[in-house]
Amino acid sequence: MLSDPRDRGGPAQPLLLVEGLRKHFPVRGGLLNRQVATVQAVDDVSFLVRKGETLGIVGESGCGKSTTARLLMRLIEPDAGAIVFDGDAVGDRHGITVNAMRRQMQMVFQDSYSSLNPRMTTAESVAYAPRMHGLPAKEATERADNLLAQVGLNPPQYARRYPHELSGGQRQRVNIARALALEPRMVILDEAVSALDKSIEAQVLNLLSELKQRFRLTYLFISHDLNVVEYVSDRILVMYLGRVVETGPVGAIYARPRHPYTRALFASKPTLDPDRRTTEMPLTGDPPNPINPPSGCRFRTRCAFAQAICAEAAPPLAAPLDQAADDTSEHRVACHLAEAQQARAEYHA
Amino acid sequence: MPDIMPPAPPALRVEDLTVRFRRRGIDVAAVNGVSFALARGETLTILGESGSGKSVSLKALMGLLPAYAAVEGGVWLDGREILGLPAGELAKLRGGEISMIFQEPMAALDPVYTIGAQIAETIVQHEGLGRRAAMQRALDLLDHVKIPSAARRLKNYPHELSGGMRQRAMIALALACSPSVLLADEPTTALDVTVQIQILLLLRQLQQELGMAIVFVTHDVGAAAEISDRIAVMYAGRFVETGTAREIMHAPRHPYTQGLLASTVHGGQRGRLLETIPGAPPNLARVPPGCAFAPRCRYTTEPCTRGEIPEAISPTGAMARCVRVVTPIPTHAINEVSA
Repeated sequence: MLSDPRDRGGPAQPLLLVEGLRKHFPVRGGLLNRQVATVQAVDDVSFLVRKGETLGIVGESGCGKSTTARLLMRLIEPDAGAIVFDGDAVGDRHGITVNAMRRQMQMVFQDSYSSLNPRMTTAESVAYAPRMHGLPAKEATERADNLLAQVGLNPPQYARRYPHELSGGQRQRVNIARALALEPRMVILDEAVSALDKSIEAQVLNLLSELKQRFRLTYLFISHDLNVVEYVSDRILVMYLGRVVETGPVGAIYARPRHPYTRALFASKPTLDPDRRTTEMPLTGDPPNPINPPSGCRFRTRCAFAQAICAEAAPPLAAPLDQAADDTSEHRVACHLAEAQQARAEYHA
Repeated sequence: MPDIMPPAPPALRVEDLTVRFRRRGIDVAAVNGVSFALARGETLTILGESGSGKSVSLKALMGLLPAYAAVEGGVWLDGREILGLPAGELAKLRGGEISMIFQEPMAALDPVYTIGAQIAETIVQHEGLGRRAAMQRALDLLDHVKIPSAARRLKNYPHELSGGMRQRAMIALALACSPSVLLADEPTTALDVTVQIQILLLLRQLQQELGMAIVFVTHDVGAAAEISDRIAVMYAGRFVETGTAREIMHAPRHPYTQGLLASTVHGGQRGRLLETIPGAPPNLARVPPGCAFAPRCRYTTEPCTRGEIPEAISPTGAMARCVRVVTPIPTHAINEVSA
């Protein structure tokens, strides 16, 4: 692999390092509009993304996966935590500015329609950011045409169309082209294929893997669809109510999920086989409200195995006790229970 | 016509249903001849992508389409023709013998009435029960759909419930008058996976207990495999393939069904390119003659574009609307095409 001139830290330096990220939203109310509660949307989340890999984030609504993405892009300001992009602390005096980071890290959202300006043609949308960053108009348009072709939209046919003249899949291709317009090194895909029909979703997933190779991208792929996350990711992060409950290589986690939540999540996946239907509910109830979440382990109120200790202390995200010393898989789990910590040969996903 | 008629009429029979939207000179053929029959205790899933006409079909059955929609064909509920009934007659049926649940419970429930009041109102309207008795029945219904602390929830407004709970409340409302047919329009699509499976299991269990027929509309192959007895795959306003859940999931015969299943991501595909269906569904204002899937199909031959494609019905009753299924091409030819 040719070395990238933008690569500062070398191959061993993670492209993105997130340490202790936290965001609590105040809930105001009452007569004097005082703060009455806090939504602990993201609470002490740490992870890293290596160069060239795809990190998948899974979890149910309200688990903080989209808030995490927005915090990384600094669309909202974190309360605490450090973000290090290729060795440079973002927003730090000795690091890089938020703008410099955004040039290298772009995002694609779920709603392809609302994320495009309805009064700009596809080519104008794609050319906008390069122009704002100082590229002459002619070159920006050339780049836009080139990118539209790369995402499978023939420029003479599509460059002058407005968002409402495109289908959902085509609009998402425009969004992807726009995200690539500044030649970023990392793209955050926040439920980017979730709103698409299955036959279109497969087309866009194939496009994403093609672009990843061609432009040597690193992806942060956020989705609630466990099958899609398994398909695209190298490593995954499972979140529940603002915290990471399990992380590791996709193969290890899908073959042997350890956290009771991860196991229930995977067991909830439809089987796609009418002969092997799900017969028992893996979990009861909805995810609790992230306003004033349960003490200790946040999953304990829905966990079938919860013990007294689960209410007392939040379990740290750590290597399971039975993990072999030479195991470099970095499988980590945040659970007090023996079920998660000990090898259980009889368990099969 | 079969020689021996079944002893009881099917709970729901639909014969050649067509829906056209005519407005400002544009003629959109949303549903083009849909027929099926459904017995009590049976679940038919209509599986299709957006714009295939699956939701429009359901709304046509319920008489919920706007006035400019031209609905033709026949719909029989427990043997009684219901298409074209006057509005008053239809209102008596809706929520009574036939009811519907939707994708968005927040939009389907009335935000200014409590859950209990809404369920009780339905019961009072349809069965003429007293307020107190109706409330008691509402409480039983909430218990039935497994809403915890039902007595308290009865007094809640829709916005006070979580997404899964609201979906359960809407199911309770739909089942309030023990309908013989329940129409479900993507009821699990907006839910989290762990909640989705709970709702699917609940519907399966309620159906066993109450014995209603369910028409379940979804774009989600996984949900279809979990809940259906039979599956009808819809494309451009037509059923292109029908069969038991097993037949459709394990041995799809129509190229569209094959493509849809192949492009649905499932476990064990890592590192491989996904199979896709090229192109996009047709514009329903200009459906091509012959097979509507022909422009995207890799097996298209000349007969595909020549006019109505006949239904090929297998000995088990499974149907596929494809010229290849009528005259199966030899295996070596299939290998050449896919190679």
